[in-house]
Amino acid sequence: MNAAPTQPMTADIGIIDVEPVNAAKHRPLYEKRVRIFPRAVSGRYRTMKWAALATILGLYYILPWLRWDRGSNAPDQAVLIDFPGQRFHFFFIEIWPQEVYYITGLLILAALILFLVSSVAGRIWCGYACPQTVWTDLFMWVERRIEGNRNAQMRLDRTPWTAQKLAKRAAKHGIWLLIAVATGGAWVFYFADAPTLAADLIRFEAPMVSYLFIGLLTGTTYLLAGHAREQVCTFMCPWPRIQGAMLDEHSMLVTYRRERGEPRGAHKRGQSWEGRGDCVDCKTCVAVCPMGIDIRDGNQLECINCALCVDACNDIMDRVGRPQGLIAYDTLAGLETQSAAAWPAWRRLQLLRPRTLLYAMSIVLVGSVMLATLLSRADTDIAVLRDRNPLFVQLSDGSFRNGYTIKLQNKRHEVRRFRLLVEGLPGAVLSAVGGGSDDTQVGPDQLRTLRVYVAAPLAATPGTVTPFEIIAADLATGERYPYATTFRRAE
Amino acid sequence: MAGSSGPHDDVPTTGHEWDGITEFNKPLPRWWLWTFYATVIWSIGYWVAMPAWPLIEGHTRGVLGYSQRAIVAEQLADSRAEQAHYLQRIVEAPLEEIRTDPELLSFALAGGRSAFAVNCSQCHGSGAEGSVGYPNLNDDDWLWGGSLEDIAYTIRHGVRNESDEDARFNEMPSYGRDELLEPAQIEAVVRYTMSLSSAGGAAAGEGAAIFAEECAICHGEDGKGIMELGAPNLTDAIWLYGGDYESIRAQVENARGGVMPNWGDRLPPETVKQLAIYVHSLGGGT
Repeated sequence: MNAAPTQPMTADIGIIDVEPVNAAKHRPLYEKRVRIFPRAVSGRYRTMKWAALATILGLYYILPWLRWDRGSNAPDQAVLIDFPGQRFHFFFIEIWPQEVYYITGLLILAALILFLVSSVAGRIWCGYACPQTVWTDLFMWVERRIEGNRNAQMRLDRTPWTAQKLAKRAAKHGIWLLIAVATGGAWVFYFADAPTLAADLIRFEAPMVSYLFIGLLTGTTYLLAGHAREQVCTFMCPWPRIQGAMLDEHSMLVTYRRERGEPRGAHKRGQSWEGRGDCVDCKTCVAVCPMGIDIRDGNQLECINCALCVDACNDIMDRVGRPQGLIAYDTLAGLETQSAAAWPAWRRLQLLRPRTLLYAMSIVLVGSVMLATLLSRADTDIAVLRDRNPLFVQLSDGSFRNGYTIKLQNKRHEVRRFRLLVEGLPGAVLSAVGGGSDDTQVGPDQLRTLRVYVAAPLAATPGTVTPFEIIAADLATGERYPYATTFRRAE
Repeated sequence: MAGSSGPHDDVPTTGHEWDGITEFNKPLPRWWLWTFYATVIWSIGYWVAMPAWPLIEGHTRGVLGYSQRAIVAEQLADSRAEQAHYLQRIVEAPLEEIRTDPELLSFALAGGRSAFAVNCSQCHGSGAEGSVGYPNLNDDDWLWGGSLEDIAYTIRHGVRNESDEDARFNEMPSYGRDELLEPAQIEAVVRYTMSLSSAGGAAAGEGAAIFAEECAICHGEDGKGIMELGAPNLTDAIWLYGGDYESIRAQVENARGGVMPNWGDRLPPETVKQLAIYVHSLGGGT
């Protein structure tokens, strides 16, 4: 920086052809959303996607209407999340609020399965099963029925508002809203007896919260599947970011075979294929992509791996007379080796990898723990809490008395009568606090809390702490449910 | 990808470079910005509608008049209104009926427990376990009777207070301080008293004679006490002021008697009844 003020001002200063790498025009903070008009496509993966859509929507809408007989004292809905009754019913499984760890286990299991599937087969979830994908697909189908395919949609979008455009748009949004209402409507049936609630909803006698949730889910469905679409996956969903950690070079991805395709270029019928790639640069893969991206740019965050571009490109390859699979499911390792002989790719899929084994083992572990606890789940439970204030009471004859709080859970769907017994304290007397009968009735599928006193003669208590058992005996069946606790006295 | 020619070469970068690693510039969609503006507008609306800004004294109330305090007060009033029905029944029903009605019993036990914690635990302890001079209410030894009616009477009128004419009252003479007995006689009668609850049975001799002369009128000839007089049973394992020689002698020489307020003047009748039910449930007899 040796500036020389004495230099003449008339020196010829040339303009250098350079600009800062971070020039403002290179870094816009926000971009206008580019609208996507995906073209319809048919093929193997499109068929699989329709099948997945039909299965998932069918399950979602039909499940709450399935019946499951549980006797007269319990609801007969196969899947029911009963908040007022504080029970979760799933076919033969019934969960009480304190058993919410089953839900936790289920979520862990679901996460692990997602990890395993992702590490083996990439973003199968994103492409085929995610509600965002399924409902967006359904909405796009409606859109094409009314407005036509990609080109017709683009034309309609450009034309000024006419009566015909208005009618088409009104029909589209009307049907979208109907589907959205049905989505929200199906949701609330999981939380109440479906036939009763349906009748109440129609008569406008259902609880306010039902209408609230239908409205909420109508709004989100219409917004997310109708308008937000790919923006949800690209900008709102955390999973595309997380899944990078699940994938490796052996995970199945939708890939473009660069070595086979390049150099790309237009191809005329009869022209030689020598010295050029198979890609005819028709951009059909971009036109069909629901995310609006170019798979030829490589694996991208935006790509949901729905494989519609595979169907589109296979169709083009058939038409130009080149082998299928220019765009195909393959692993990055498979792309490296580029052995077209080992085709299709799944034949050389490396399933046994440390990460897949770890995920699979975790799934088996969590699954078997859950199954074991579910199978050994007691339908009757007793819990005894010893009083601490006071620890014990001395009676006038010198003997001692302890107080206990007993919780009796009857998970059977029938009224049961229990008798409380004491074992291990000879001569001890058990009595209910505040009087009342010796026998305890517990309603079907209910919990009852009782307070009892146990008075024991000095002879029965050799030390200050004597272990013993309080037993709830079912008067009808004779089943005994013991709980080990202690009896305390002064020295 | 840095270094090799890839499909992303034409994507602008932020211009930052760390060891050959560059960062793509991927702008957010503009609707994201509009969403942010919408939340800003929402927050301004929220300030206007809801309580928001702290002031020197208090805070801005908001035009909707939302107040969590008011909601709590409302909920408390609702609970009180729901309780009123039970409280009315408790006022009207005899104690025995409350005790045998499971619904009323659980209501009275809960109400009695909280009233006990506020009014009684200072002397009788939070677990009603008492201490020296303050009776343990969990045991089966009752100075003034352990039936529901007896307990309710004691709570209502209290013991040895001057504000209620009907308060339970008795007074044990101070044989030492007032020189009613010689020290040797006191020792004899204390020894005799201790023998009442011993395994060997009551001893004979001078102590027995003094007991019959001085003590039996209240504590009974057999020392088992007279509940109507509030005179304790001296033959059992429970001693209000201690059961060892020194403690008994101290009581004979210089008698003490606890004072309990007449809660009938201080608490509403339904609370007294709930207290009676609760205390009876701890160790009351019939």
